[in-house]
Amino acid sequence: MAKSHKPVVWFPFAAGGTVIAFCIPVIVLLTFLAALGHVPAGLSYEKLHAFAASGIGKLVLFGVIALSAWSSAHRLRCTCYDFGLRADTLVATVLYVAAIVGSIAAALFLLRI
Amino acid sequence: MSRRPLIREVPPTSWYFRQPRYLRYMSREITSIFIGAYCVLLVVGLQRLAAGPAAWEGFLAALKSPASIVFQFLCLVAAVYHAATWFNATQKAMPIQIGEDFVPGNLISGAHYAAWAVLSFGVLFLAGVF
Repeated sequence: MAKSHKPVVWFPFAAGGTVIAFCIPVIVLLTFLAALGHVPAGLSYEKLHAFAASGIGKLVLFGVIALSAWSSAHRLRCTCYDFGLRADTLVATVLYVAAIVGSIAAALFLLRI
Repeated sequence: MSRRPLIREVPPTSWYFRQPRYLRYMSREITSIFIGAYCVLLVVGLQRLAAGPAAWEGFLAALKSPASIVFQFLCLVAAVYHAATWFNATQKAMPIQIGEDFVPGNLISGAHYAAWAVLSFGVLFLAGVF
């Protein structure tokens, strides 16, 4: 059986694409409303802190951020290549490390809440 | 006499201007720039939330700067465009066969759109927008 490390990259990429499609638009809408001055009640410190302090809230926030970060890192790598930046190994390393660092940072911040 | 293989030169930085569908492909690709940047904003937001009420209020205030409003508007457009193209692709990526027939593609995409609408309204409701 052929062995490949590609599924390790591909599974979070596909899962992340789905998570971005379903979850990111409404999350952007919430912060956009806040930016326009209509801060939703759910974005108040008490409400959001309570959500992020719960186990399910931590899981949801970490899942959305880590999968979105990984998926967009993988797509950014392809985008760089398509725009003519052919140093693929360097681009891939920088972007994947950024996604991993971002995910670990998100996990650490969530554990602090 | 030897025959040389046909090698078409593809301009590496401007190939996508040749065909409208290449441009549509690239316009979908560049949405990842905004999603990636927005992930950074989310991680920063988590850090501010963990740092306490004053830090969080500062984060909310920073969101209201004109640059942030423009950035988030672009992110919103990119996210919706990514979602729509993703759901349109589902019928090609995972066709469902029942017996001899395939389920109509529009039904598969439509189901995704419906689930997206329900989820989005659910989140907006839980967040107290309406």
